Amino acid sequence: MKIHEYQGKELFRKYNVSLPEGYPAFSVEEALTAYDKLNEKTVVVKAQIHAGGRGKGGGVKLAHSRAEVEKLAHQILGMNLITHQTGPEGKEVQRLLIEAGINISRELYAGIVLDRAERKFVFMVSTEGGVEIEKVAAETPEKIIKEWIDPDSGLTKDQALNLATALEMTGDQIDSAIDIFMAIWNVFIENDCSLVEINPLVVTGDDKVMALDAKMNFDSNGLFRHKELLEYKDESEEDSAELEASKYQLNYIKLDGNVGCMVNGAGLAMGTMDIIKLCGGEPANFLDVGGVANAETVANGFKIILSDPNVKSILINIFGGIVRCDRVAQGVIDAMDTVDVSIPVVVRLEGTNAKAAAELLENSPLEFLVATSLADAAEKAVSAVTGGGQ
Amino acid sequence: MSVLVDNDTRLIIQGITGTEGSFHGSQIREYGTNLVGGVTPGKGGQEALEVPVFDSVAKAKAETNCNTSVIFVPPAFAAVAIIEAAEAGLDLVICITEGIPAADMVKVNHKIKNLPSRLIGPNCPGVISPGKAKVGIMPGFIHEPGSIGVVSRSGTLTYEAVHQLVVAGLGQSTSVGIGGDPIIGTTFIDMLALFANDDETAGVVMIGEIGGTAEEEAAQWVVDNNLKKPVVAFIAGQTAPPGRRMGHAGAIIAGGKGTAAEKVVALQAAGITVVSSPADIGKTMAKAIKI
Repeated sequence: MKIHEYQGKELFRKYNVSLPEGYPAFSVEEALTAYDKLNEKTVVVKAQIHAGGRGKGGGVKLAHSRAEVEKLAHQILGMNLITHQTGPEGKEVQRLLIEAGINISRELYAGIVLDRAERKFVFMVSTEGGVEIEKVAAETPEKIIKEWIDPDSGLTKDQALNLATALEMTGDQIDSAIDIFMAIWNVFIENDCSLVEINPLVVTGDDKVMALDAKMNFDSNGLFRHKELLEYKDESEEDSAELEASKYQLNYIKLDGNVGCMVNGAGLAMGTMDIIKLCGGEPANFLDVGGVANAETVANGFKIILSDPNVKSILINIFGGIVRCDRVAQGVIDAMDTVDVSIPVVVRLEGTNAKAAAELLENSPLEFLVATSLADAAEKAVSAVTGGGQ
Repeated sequence: MSVLVDNDTRLIIQGITGTEGSFHGSQIREYGTNLVGGVTPGKGGQEALEVPVFDSVAKAKAETNCNTSVIFVPPAFAAVAIIEAAEAGLDLVICITEGIPAADMVKVNHKIKNLPSRLIGPNCPGVISPGKAKVGIMPGFIHEPGSIGVVSRSGTLTYEAVHQLVVAGLGQSTSVGIGGDPIIGTTFIDMLALFANDDETAGVVMIGEIGGTAEEEAAQWVVDNNLKKPVVAFIAGQTAPPGRRMGHAGAIIAGGKGTAAEKVVALQAAGITVVSSPADIGKTMAKAIKI
């Protein structure tokens, strides 16, 4: 789960991470109220969307007066912000963060992620702050300094000191840096984060170390023990069909193609997308219906897939293990009764009771294209769209 | 003797009285696996699936001399269950549970890495050696005994591969789902090492997917150890968009890393036959195995 910067900073504040003063604003009026509260000469107006690269996209601006805040709030609220992370379609800005301007002397980077290969969390810092860290990692990996965290001891003061030293901190900056590193580690581990990233972490003109940004993702498997974090969820940031699917406990991701697919199991669902592409088509989605492919899940799957107007054919690929194929076939037939499906549907059922399932489908008055293998299924689903019989 | 499970397996089920544990447990028994007991804290002294239930793995071990456990307990308690089984000294611990927090698995790995127990999973279908023992949730009947080792990060895609092998006339020595999470116990490398030394295994099917670098590490292992047995691989997620979690917690292209393309290049460089279509796994293995 992703959250907004201002929400991340709210969490940071609870852990005494040093931050500029700031307030969220959902309207121009609220932006002005925030400006008045701050009582600063310079403030920053920051667009709040779940994507990085906001500054480059024109979503982060300095304001030096009340009038300027009003103008910028008008301009940014409602704008379609396009960054390298939003994709070309961009994201509409609905929230702002109005923050006190800070006298920056150095811009740095700090982040914590899971290192899968080491099977540990890793704390990373870099002197190359304010730029994309992926770029730094690709071009100058030696400029990223890492400390792997022992699960028993957590981040130690010695490690925090190593990180501060690597960032060329001096004098009072060192203690300030150690405090902030220990605090963000606590934020990370106590909230089951999958990512905490501060870019930039800054050294101010008066030698304080401060988080100017707060990017935070949570491990969705850990959310069951942090119910309070669910309040931070912003559904307007999610694709509406994906949101709808999650309500049905379906795992759906919208893609750009026109061959819809409904599969049991994530690996087979990815494999099905891949074979659609190999057959010359483009998959319209990823959809894992999970272990229970009954009439209700199939009907919900149809609704979600058909909410995408690009979809021109649907491939149902179920490998029945514990779930019996004849039951799945009956589920598909029943679902076709309740949902109006006017495009070709290719069904491929393999595994337990596959033969009985094929008979059910063939004897049904509904029109299915019954496929005999994975390759056959993909070819039929793609040629139903292109109109060519290969 | 198969790798991991066979007729010498003495199995307990952790979570035997739960819905999942009792449903899959009965299928495991029907397959002929030697089920000797179960564990549900607080239910010691009862009976389930015609075997005794114990309060702890240690008690189950003392009473039944079990050597393998399969875990069906909910995500919130699964990490503790894994550690308990490993500390009780079982040889093999197979965790089916999906949804364990990554931070818990970091701790589990740290706790058990110096213990002799082998962990398979979590978030996996388990292990089967056809005709001998099934310890997991896979449909037993689709498998045939034979000489191909299967190792996969997936569930149903593994069944698809097994089905294709059977259609191509090839049985399996052992089929293992190692799990779709970012942190898992047994890796591709571990399984390749076991299959390399297994007389019953003549070739290996390896099914990877986007996310992480486990496939690249496996490719390097094949080179370093000069593996002679043919390996046929498929990587799922060639069409997956970056930055999105594709069902499995570990299936994500993050920061441009973990793409299918990178993995395919690494595997091919190691001399592994990579099929671009998931429909070609069985027939390609059949070709590779013919001398």
